Amino acid sequence: MADKLKFDLVSPERLVLSADVDAVQVPGAEGDFGVLPKHAPFMAMLRAGTLSVENDGKTQHFELDGGFVDVTPEGVTVLAESIGE
Amino acid sequence: MASLKELRNRIASVQATQKITRAMQMVAASKLRRAQEAAEAARPYADRMGAVLGNLASGITDAESAPKLLAGTGSDKRHLLIVATAERGLCGGFNSSIARLAREDAKKLISDGKQVEILCVGRKGYDVLKRYFTTELREPISYQGLKSIGYDQAQEVAERVLSDFDADGFDICTLYYSRFQNVISQIPTGAQIIPASFDAAEAPELGGAAYDYEPEENEILDALLPRNIAVQILRALLENAASEQGARMSAMDNATRNAGEMIDSLSITYNRSRQAQITKELIEIISGAEAL
Repeated sequence: MADKLKFDLVSPERLVLSADVDAVQVPGAEGDFGVLPKHAPFMAMLRAGTLSVENDGKTQHFELDGGFVDVTPEGVTVLAESIGE
Repeated sequence: MASLKELRNRIASVQATQKITRAMQMVAASKLRRAQEAAEAARPYADRMGAVLGNLASGITDAESAPKLLAGTGSDKRHLLIVATAERGLCGGFNSSIARLAREDAKKLISDGKQVEILCVGRKGYDVLKRYFTTELREPISYQGLKSIGYDQAQEVAERVLSDFDADGFDICTLYYSRFQNVISQIPTGAQIIPASFDAAEAPELGGAAYDYEPEENEILDALLPRNIAVQILRALLENAASEQGARMSAMDNATRNAGEMIDSLSITYNRSRQAQITKELIEIISGAEAL
């Protein structure tokens, strides 16, 4: 069993998604990047774009209107103002 | 002594009032649940935002380069008080206790020789405060008729505050609202939001690795601080919404109980005077018959 990444997607009004996932693709302000488990601590601004969450071969997409991502050894937290699926 | 008809009318009117207060209590109870859920749902975002900012802010040692929203303008002469209250009354001491706290603080600041401006969010606080302040009051923001408060409203308030701050309109901003503890207790609170303060103790365990930033630390901080203001305001508005419904619920519960007690005592008076009247009539008839 491969390592999983703890992923939280939060909007100001609610916690949209909180799950253990395989990988996350994030639209960073200075270029898209992917996060896998055991990523180094990292903080970045996001631009408007699509966030993809991969888990067990399935991919889920979220439309973001800019935001912020915080990567820690424990997991990934995405804070975004408006989130559409 | 009131006549029987008067008593009957009063009982009917108190009963009608009791029906209204009972209905309001039940409506407040169901709205409270929703407001509480909304307040709880907003917590993760605010908590994480606070943790991230606390982390960033603790890394900035050079006060010169720090953003003004964090470090302040270097003066504490001009204060902006944001007073968040409800749009409606009939919720016990909810509105007046927030307004009182803000008023006392404003009076203290003024007597200390500071300059004070007050921005009301919600009509009720404005109605109370305009009796005490005139020139200090700004044009109030009102969300009357709006079903629920969301991030858009908080952002609107935040934009107004921030544009004023950028135009060098004030040095320190304090937000007054009512913290929701439980249905029977809501605590009026004043929280300073500009310049911001964070607990640096919240920094997460990094496992020895250093944080990478993209773009630079300062740029991230510049982008996040204004957002944090909106988040803080949103949290205050949502806590306020829950507190308002809680306060209304317990106020209406009391009113319903009082109306019940009043109906009981009025009914006793009514029955007694009816009895007395019947007895009096009987005596009159009997003594009239005896006289014949």
